[in-house]
This record gives sequence, C-alpha cells and structure tokens, in this order.
Amino acid sequence: MARMKFLCDAERCIECNACVTACKQEHEIPWGVNRRRVVTLNDGVPGERSISVACMHCSDAPCMAVCPVDCFYKTEEGVVLHDKDLCIGCGYCFYACPFGAPQFPQTGAFGVRGKMDKCTFCAGGPEADRSDAEFQKYGRNRLAEGKLPACAEMCSTKALLGGDGEVIANIYRDRVTHRGKGGEVWGWATAYKVPGGAGATQQPGGAAPTPAPGAAPATGGTKS
Amino acid sequence: MNGLRTVVLAFAAAGVAMSVAGCGERPQVINYKQGKYQGKPDTPAFNSPPFNGNKQQWENEIDDRAQKQNEYVRLRD
Repeated sequence: MARMKFLCDAERCIECNACVTACKQEHEIPWGVNRRRVVTLNDGVPGERSISVACMHCSDAPCMAVCPVDCFYKTEEGVVLHDKDLCIGCGYCFYACPFGAPQFPQTGAFGVRGKMDKCTFCAGGPEADRSDAEFQKYGRNRLAEGKLPACAEMCSTKALLGGDGEVIANIYRDRVTHRGKGGEVWGWATAYKVPGGAGATQQPGGAAPTPAPGAAPATGGTKS
Repeated sequence: MNGLRTVVLAFAAAGVAMSVAGCGERPQVINYKQGKYQGKPDTPAFNSPPFNGNKQQWENEIDDRAQKQNEYVRLRD
C-alpha cells in the first residue's frame, strides 16, 4: 500500500456538497466545523470549476512541522492524524496549512477555541479502533472497516476519488483517456499559466505571463 | 559657518549610522525541524476485526473498493 490520497476531478464536480454532508453525517461533526468543503473558482462565470477540499494528507505536512506540542503523526498509509489529548488549540497548524484544513470548534463565548479537528481520511485517531472514544474524538474509522472515506464513496459523479494514490491516479488517467479531455484542468501549465499552454490567459494589464522554469512549453502538466 | 558645518556633520553621522544599521540584523527565516510525535501510539487499520492483522486481506479490500470508483470498469461488468 502506498499513500492514501484524495483527487478531485474538476471536470466532474457539480458543487452538490454531498461530500461535505456525507462527512458531517458520518462523523457527527459539530456545527461550525467543516472538515471538507467545496470551493468554486470563477463562480457564476461560464466555465466555472468546483473542487472539494479537505486535508490533503501532505507528504511533507507543514502542520506537523509547526505544531509546538508535536501532536501530529503519519500512519503507515500516509494519513496525517493528530492526538487531540495533546493538542492545545494554538492554531499554528491552521496558519501553516495551505488548504485551511484544520478546524477549531467554538467551545464557548468570546471566541474560545477548542482542540483542532480535521479530516482523518476516515481513519480515526490514536484510540482503540472503532471504539466510542475514537468516534467521539475523531469520528468513524472506516479504514479499519475496510472502507474508503465516506466523501469519496458518496460522490455521485465520482469527481472526488480517494484511496491509494497510484490507484486513483490510474482511474483518473483512464477517465481522461476515455473522455479525451480534462487532463489539462490541473497541472503546471494551468497553475502557472504557461503561454500557449492549457489555461493560458493574459494577465491583467496585458503583461505576457512568464513561463515557469522547467515547465512544459505547450501542453498540460497532468497525465493523460 | 560653524553652525552649517555642525548640521552637515550631524547629517553625515546620521547617514553613516543608518547605512550600517542593517549590519547587525539577524536572519529571520526559520528552518523548521520536523518534530517527534509525542502523543499516544496508534494501531494500523488492519489490526482490529474483521481483518485481525491480516494486512493483505485489508489491502485487497481497500483496493477493491477503490476500483469501484472507476465506473468505466464497473459498468463493463
């Protein structure tokens, strides 16, 4: 088993928020905490794209690096988890995370912050697997049941894929090959707007975008 | 005349002081070091029932479910 990863196919996501709902229902997440959310780019503009975002279980997770009490750990499957008994709710991980994954329940008046809560890839936490303590602190442990995250398995259009990184990359590659497009939605050329590349647009002010070093000159960066 | 010289010298001294002020600046970029996990140990997902430590069976189950996300495969069956 390699590394557990999420992959959201922006060509398929219809912004239905079923992944958000499935996550909240599966783990009985309190009001105000969203382990997963759907982000729409260019909302209302023709060609808008939506992606479902949660903890990406980074290979080199910045939250792990900045945590002052070292409450984060990574499982053998590459899932980034944390010990809530150790967390002091300082919020450093929130500032460090590029995806805004760490969430803090408002436990009282005056903005008092609780312990950090985030996507666990439905892998629970450092409590006995499938115990009440694990469910109350971290939610359901679907991986221990041989299941994948509820958000990915619930996704009606299968835009959100979850599982072993190699497996879901192959599924995505197969999909792009079948439909003949979509590989250009993500990748270097799209992210950095390489001239002539997929997703290339003129920057405000008419300045020509600068190609990134090592970027492919004219094609999308993702596999297809 | 003396007053003008004093003013010029004062400005020159201030300029020199400002130009060397940055010399004592310390680097402000922190090189983060990966911490060591201090919390409770966790057990692998396949250690508990129904897999009871059978990693291969668990991996097969996860892989099977992952493949079900590929409708190009699922619908061919």
